[in-house]
Amino acid sequence: MIAVVINISALVLVLFSFFKNREKSKQALKIAVSKGLGLAPQLISLVAVIGIIFAFLPPELIKEFLGGEFSLIQVGGAALFGAVMMIPSLIALPLAGSLIDAGASYTPVAAFITTLTMVGFVTIPVELKELGKKITVYRNGLALIFAVIIAFMIGVFI
Amino acid sequence: MTAANNIENQNNKNKQEKMTAEKKQQKFNQNIKKTIKTIIFWGIVLAVFRYIFPDRFPAAISMSSRYLKEMILVFPAVLVIMGLADRWVPTSMVEKYLGHNSSFKGKFLAVFLGTLPTGPMYVAFPIAAELLRKKASLSNVIIFLGVWASLKVPQLGVEIQFVGLKFSILRFIFTLISIFIIGLLMEKIIDTSEFTGAE
Repeated sequence: MIAVVINISALVLVLFSFFKNREKSKQALKIAVSKGLGLAPQLISLVAVIGIIFAFLPPELIKEFLGGEFSLIQVGGAALFGAVMMIPSLIALPLAGSLIDAGASYTPVAAFITTLTMVGFVTIPVELKELGKKITVYRNGLALIFAVIIAFMIGVFI
Repeated sequence: MTAANNIENQNNKNKQEKMTAEKKQQKFNQNIKKTIKTIIFWGIVLAVFRYIFPDRFPAAISMSSRYLKEMILVFPAVLVIMGLADRWVPTSMVEKYLGHNSSFKGKFLAVFLGTLPTGPMYVAFPIAAELLRKKASLSNVIIFLGVWASLKVPQLGVEIQFVGLKFSILRFIFTLISIFIIGLLMEKIIDTSEFTGAE
């Protein structure tokens, strides 16, 4: 369903763009292709790894480790893991989906996705340089705390 | 004199464009090579896997092909939207609209401009610094950064496809609320005069 929406929007936008400016649209498509090629190796690896992991790990095992109720420390751990990892979210989201399909709870997955996108340990040097120590420390610290809150809220409402 | 300068500028510009084009082409070729290598690598792994565990192989292939199919359904479109945004929404526009707006309108713009499918996080930091220098309020800048990082429109599409609609809506709402709270808290705590005063 969402795939239909995305594809139709993309099609409409491309047609509109070509109508407005041919050259710009060509450049945009080139950017899309080169971005796709940049992501391709990781996406291919992800697809292969998902297949191999699920062939070996029965869903019951994933349910046992990542399913059920979660303590504050466990969710905090998932949040920290997301903060230090440097995975493009376009790769991380299918991975998160596969874990949920296999029986993982939404709470740790939500914590992971939130810090993965909002807190960037890897980009901290850039942030320090541009925005200074204070803003960087507060922004990342608060984002880490709120990620845990967001995760528990999602766990409650879903 | 100005004409000569113009010609010189034009030449430099052309040179620069040519260089970035060459660099892009190089990167493009590298990525193609990397993709081919990855395919070969996993092809070998799967062949070995099939040889050692013939009974588990069908399960692995059906799982992989399911995800491959879902990816092919959404990723090309998402990438095209991102590419279009890259050309049509220049970062200078973001600066223009966020620079002097305060209060509610500014916050609304910060959210809206943040969700647009523009570049990665390290592009957003220099923009944020520039906005602070232009006396945009800290809360607006933090909101802009947070939304830019977490709530991009094409990524939400991928999230709905793979994780689910309800999850995505809940995460969007709670994250947006959190980002506002973080922005307002930081505005209370941090004094940004060093940005506006130093220049």
